[in-house]
Amino acid sequence: MAWTWFHRFGSPPHVYRLAATLTPWFAWPAGILIVAALYGGLVLAPPDYQQGDGYRIVYVHAPSAWMSTMVYVVMASSAAIGLIWRMKVAHAVAASCAPIGASFTVAALATGSLWGRPMWGTYWEWDPRLTSELLLLFLYLGYMGLRSAMDDMQRADRVSAVLAIVGVVNVPIIHYSVTWWNSLHQAPSVMKLAKPAMPPSMYVPLLMMLAGFTLFFGAIVLMRLRGEVLKRERAASWIREAVGS
Amino acid sequence: MEFLNMGGYARYVWPSYAIVLAVVVLNIFWARRSLARSQAEALRRLQIRGEES
Amino acid sequence: MVMQTSAVEHSHTPSSAAFGGRTVRASAWEAARLILARDLRLAFRKREQIVQPLAFFAIVTTLFPLSITPELSRLREIAPGALWVAALLASLLALEFLFRDDAYDGTLEQFALSGQSLTWLLFAKTTAHWLLTGVPLALMAPLAAAALGAPMSSLVGIVSSIALGSLALSLLGAIGAALTLGVKRSGVLLSLLTLPLAVPVLIFGARATELAIKGSDFAAPLYLLAAFAVLGITLAPLAAAAAVRINLE
Repeated sequence: MAWTWFHRFGSPPHVYRLAATLTPWFAWPAGILIVAALYGGLVLAPPDYQQGDGYRIVYVHAPSAWMSTMVYVVMASSAAIGLIWRMKVAHAVAASCAPIGASFTVAALATGSLWGRPMWGTYWEWDPRLTSELLLLFLYLGYMGLRSAMDDMQRADRVSAVLAIVGVVNVPIIHYSVTWWNSLHQAPSVMKLAKPAMPPSMYVPLLMMLAGFTLFFGAIVLMRLRGEVLKRERAASWIREAVGS
Repeated sequence: MEFLNMGGYARYVWPSYAIVLAVVVLNIFWARRSLARSQAEALRRLQIRGEES
Repeated sequence: MVMQTSAVEHSHTPSSAAFGGRTVRASAWEAARLILARDLRLAFRKREQIVQPLAFFAIVTTLFPLSITPELSRLREIAPGALWVAALLASLLALEFLFRDDAYDGTLEQFALSGQSLTWLLFAKTTAHWLLTGVPLALMAPLAAAALGAPMSSLVGIVSSIALGSLALSLLGAIGAALTLGVKRSGVLLSLLTLPLAVPVLIFGARATELAIKGSDFAAPLYLLAAFAVLGITLAPLAAAAAVRINLE
């Protein structure tokens, strides 16, 4: 039973239709959660003892940072599945993830920088988090660059899958190295991007934001997935019916 | 007004929100455009195939 | 499949040596030794390929005093970083040569078809590459370091850290080179792919060099560097072989 279910995920027309059906089920809850979280975070939550109202950047910074790493893991996992089981659909998922992850990594860097300015006094600090985010951005760009450099879709899929897997193994190593490096050269007065100690009125909107963005990721990936699935099909007969003329 | 001022941190908080909103909107826009393009291309491939046969 | 001797440049592929008509299957060690010897021999015929990365290393090292300061005391501060950046860039340049010739003339394909473990053969090639680029860089580094104000006592630390670090770099770079096999003018992309992965090596390598220059005990980061090298030895040729196979399909 479970095996049939798995096999259906390998079927492009099935996935194409399923993605179209599922998208609104991700999109609408995402929208509701995010709007509610915005209200909770911006209006309802009290100001922080140390950072005043400035800490509210966390409500967009934390989801962005979460997205940047979560998406990479999904990308690498689906790439691995595609490589091992030779599933085009899995490769399509991986390809769909990359631009999403990269854009949110940029958002995480920008919001992190803006948060840093009032808290540390500079727009940029080589602290472990921001530095790791920057390196993650380079990993995404490398992945997307490698994909676009290859002409053959199948080869692009499989080669970039190897890169994604190598990258995901490296991410913890990179993070560890950067944290260690940073601790060596600790500036005397550093206020890290530590989340303030949070009462429920503060962290509930945060959790809602994280959940909302995760669902948003689902919706966007499903949309992109359909296009990526189409790209990997020749002029198969199901396309005419599914896409319409 | 106190809300907009964000306790003095307005020029950091609001641009942050604006950036993330922009990224969200961009993702939606990109995804739709990418899907539309792939659909158009797939149909074109079908047409070419149809003409060949 | 009959193994042809092609032009002057290339020796027999390692999986079989013809003895009076019979073909004998070489052992894995034999194969690796043959490839290592072959790569070293071929490299010495094109000596520029060995010299150019070293020259590049020297020039880049020179750029630092020119762009910052001629004062040796201040240069000593940045010496570890400068050395490592220069070594990293020189290694990246040299990586293009790792698989390029063999990919063009089909030797790499023969390796994949030979029945020997491609992982093992690529490891042999990568080792040869390290002996030809990393080791000379490590031996040259004390000179560059001295030019940047480092004391003579730091010699051992500098050589060992750059030697180990360049081994890890060659291994990591082999993955990037294998991934970009089919890409024309892959130099920049190769660097873009390899550099983020190389950051841990850079961090610990530069730290070891820095401690050596300061005269402190540099064992800790050196051990970690060695750990990366070992990790690289076990995993990198596997990833590279996978990437080569995909590109040869």
